[in-house]
Amino acid sequence: MAVAPVAIAAHRPPDVKEIHLVWMTTGLGCDGDSVSTTAATLPSIEDVVMGAIPGLPKVHVHNPVLAYEVGDDFMKYWYLAAEGKLDPFVLVLEGSVPNEKIKKEGYWAAMGTDSRTGQPITTNEWIDRLAPKAAAVVCAGTCATYGGIHAMEGNPTGAMGLADYLGWKWHSKLGLPIVNVPGCPVQPDNMMETLLYLLYQVAGLAPMIPLDDQLRPTWLFGKTVHEGCDRGGYYEEGVFAHEYGQPECLVKIGCWGPVVDCNVTKRGWMDGIGGCPNVGGICIACTMPGFPDKFMPFMDPPPGSMVSSNISRIVGGIIRSLRAITHHAANKEPSWRHSRPQLTTGYRPKHYAD
Amino acid sequence: MSTATLPVTGTGSHAENVVEMSWDPITRIVGSLGIYTKIDFASKKVVECHSTSSIFRGYSIFMKNKDPRDTHFITSRICGICGDNHATCSVYAQNMAYGVNPPPMAEWIINLGEAAEYMFDHCIFQDNLVGVDFCEMMVRETNPGVWEKAKQTEAPHAGDHGYRTIAEIMTALNPFEGEFYRETLQMSRLTREMFCLMEGRHVHPSTLYPGGVGTVPSSQLFTDYLVRLMKYIEFMKRVVPLHDDLFDFFYEALPGYEQVGQRRVLLGCWGSFQDPDICDYNYKTMEKWGKAMFVTPGIVVDGNLVTTSLIDINVGLRILLGSSYYEDWEQSETFVSQDPLGNPIDQRHPWNQTTIPKPQKRDFGGKYTWVMSPRWFDKRTGDHLALDTGGGPLARLWTTALAGLVNIGYVQATGNSVKIVLPKSAMKPEVELEWKIPKWSNAIERDRARTYFQAYAAACAYYFVERAMKELHAGRTDTFTPFRVPDEAIGCGFHEAVRGVLSHHLVIRGGKVANYHPYPPTPWNASPRDVFGTPGPYEDAVQDTPLFEENGPEKFKGIDIMRTVRSFDPCLPCGVHMYLGNGKVLEQVHTPTALAGLAKK
Repeated sequence: MAVAPVAIAAHRPPDVKEIHLVWMTTGLGCDGDSVSTTAATLPSIEDVVMGAIPGLPKVHVHNPVLAYEVGDDFMKYWYLAAEGKLDPFVLVLEGSVPNEKIKKEGYWAAMGTDSRTGQPITTNEWIDRLAPKAAAVVCAGTCATYGGIHAMEGNPTGAMGLADYLGWKWHSKLGLPIVNVPGCPVQPDNMMETLLYLLYQVAGLAPMIPLDDQLRPTWLFGKTVHEGCDRGGYYEEGVFAHEYGQPECLVKIGCWGPVVDCNVTKRGWMDGIGGCPNVGGICIACTMPGFPDKFMPFMDPPPGSMVSSNISRIVGGIIRSLRAITHHAANKEPSWRHSRPQLTTGYRPKHYAD
Repeated sequence: MSTATLPVTGTGSHAENVVEMSWDPITRIVGSLGIYTKIDFASKKVVECHSTSSIFRGYSIFMKNKDPRDTHFITSRICGICGDNHATCSVYAQNMAYGVNPPPMAEWIINLGEAAEYMFDHCIFQDNLVGVDFCEMMVRETNPGVWEKAKQTEAPHAGDHGYRTIAEIMTALNPFEGEFYRETLQMSRLTREMFCLMEGRHVHPSTLYPGGVGTVPSSQLFTDYLVRLMKYIEFMKRVVPLHDDLFDFFYEALPGYEQVGQRRVLLGCWGSFQDPDICDYNYKTMEKWGKAMFVTPGIVVDGNLVTTSLIDINVGLRILLGSSYYEDWEQSETFVSQDPLGNPIDQRHPWNQTTIPKPQKRDFGGKYTWVMSPRWFDKRTGDHLALDTGGGPLARLWTTALAGLVNIGYVQATGNSVKIVLPKSAMKPEVELEWKIPKWSNAIERDRARTYFQAYAAACAYYFVERAMKELHAGRTDTFTPFRVPDEAIGCGFHEAVRGVLSHHLVIRGGKVANYHPYPPTPWNASPRDVFGTPGPYEDAVQDTPLFEENGPEKFKGIDIMRTVRSFDPCLPCGVHMYLGNGKVLEQVHTPTALAGLAKK
């Protein structure tokens, strides 16, 4: 369950009065996960900030895309967090972690300036300073979780996901593993819902967040794209699109939905609108640890899809022809609906004129 | 900040005390930007500015040898707020390279998606990010005198937007607490739903392909879009007059405010919204179909329209180094020596660029940023022009107005203005708005143009819905044209990202990507000093900007600098750094001799 029941929240005050979200966008990313989060409505960012959700402590969000403060005024929260004076806080990382060890000087990603050297402070150094002090660490989007686009083969920065950097066994000081919310970008409500869960957990109002072996919330990533896809029925009957723009199942033109853990086809992109294969976009597996390399070229059929879709074409063909008979019957009204002067519904009237 | 990061060039200012100040990171933008300045508090002026970006990712490097059909999926990830602009531009470049022409329905669907992107992005940026610089909290902190005046100033268009005084508008813009701030956030969601109807997902679309789209056209699709669009149109009838009131008030309350962020009129626009009746993605006819776009491409120098030809624009592109962390590619391979029309292509053109990163220490006297210096070579004068985009809308409206080519009923370019007609909506009658070419290219006019372009995009979207419905009713519902990827080809795409010019240049060899260089707007706007010493637009616009903030060095917020930088709608999808130092005094200068000493430092 995503949110603690209202009754519990009402009966028990949170363990902490205030909690901070320290949101770093300076991994190798595009800020798309922050932007995506502003699209969320379940809950929205303002629902959380303005106390519209029952039971939550007061939440302070420190995110550079939305912050009122600029420069030092903004950076002061980072320094306070590093000194353990912003307690408790949830650290959110957006963007992949570059490898700063592979070159002799300079930086790939940085934030703020070191007052002693005049040089930028690397993102990696901020992670080293902040992670040990954080109540929980959340990776927003596929770059931060597993490396993503910027960790593609041939990349110059040696980019990786946070669990590759901190270690997959890493735990926060409260005993939480890294929480991964993949997606490129992250589905808006998936992100806010996960944050809300963690805010409840840190406030002592929810049990340990359930995660799978890739550190994803199980209730969000426990099903495949295909299992939630409204074009899955076409697959069952062996009917496939052969060109983009056709309304049938897309597996023969590049959709990886049957083997991708993601709820976008069930949830849509925003309030049920949009998505991927359900609206004509092949699934390029953007939530997966193997993204993007294992799924390129995106527009070629996935190697395994040939066998399975051919079987489905044969079996589905039989099912489809049988269904066609039933379908035809279902499309005909019963014979007793007519305008003739007889009643043929089966009712035997006693008092009708005769 | 230590002196190690000091810019070494002199100021030449008659400074009483020049204070080094920097803001790192600059928040309420997308990406990573730092602004490092020297400020003369005696004459209340910025005397020097350097802009720096702190993230490198290497798209041009890791895209080599990939399947070219992957490039729109990959390049979308360049930007987290306008990724779809990249995907669209990449599709345009691929269409040219593959020689494929999508069906008209596909173009109307893309145009509807991109129009929704402009409506969304300008909406959230204008009033949730930039707007905070004009909100009550900020104005009270930086200019208490202006706040007092705002309380006494009636809003001329109160009847249109419902806020009685300028102060009421400012209060409504307060982050989260402000009513208009929250309403805008909600409108940014409505418009993103419109976007998702056409392109599947925001911000990295799922349904765009070379050759067309995967979106299935239906009455439901266009009705769902249209109903939302009409709500936005009604909203715009309040929003445009609201911003006019707010921005006009700043000119009135702070005489001289037109100089804030002002620079020479050097604007570029690469055009937006293809007309499927004209566009065939053939390079040789690009000038013709470029001029048919529903936002006209062009370059404006000192108020004159130099060209509207995408061929001229393309041939003149130059990517310079000078202050960036890269090795030069002058000796690297030349991929394209002439374009399909026989025009010579320079080694510094994106088609011929080879990206060779060289991470190093930041040195404001030498290399200080990951951003390169895109310039446009003006063959009339031999200048490498540091064009800016005016944050996108200013250049788009300016070129479109001067060119006088667009006339779709709801939008009409007159030669010196753009007229926008918003149809009747639930509570408001039909409204005609007119954007007139302003006297200055400055912070306020960049912001004002943004609000007018929101209305422009909405009016265009209304026209595109009509055209799409016409196709639907005629039964022309194909959205995809098949193609083959050639072994050898070149392509280029020109588009307007939300915040300005966007180009993608592609070279295919052996069926793979041999070279790919995207140029989004922010490299133009945030570029550093180039090899000729010409500063980039942010640097140029901030330098010499007068300061109207009432605070002295101790509590200085740099609001006029922030307004200048944010007016460009910075989007360095990388890491941005802005940092306000403690106001360390560099020099107390009282005599010309001492001034000379500073200059040599």
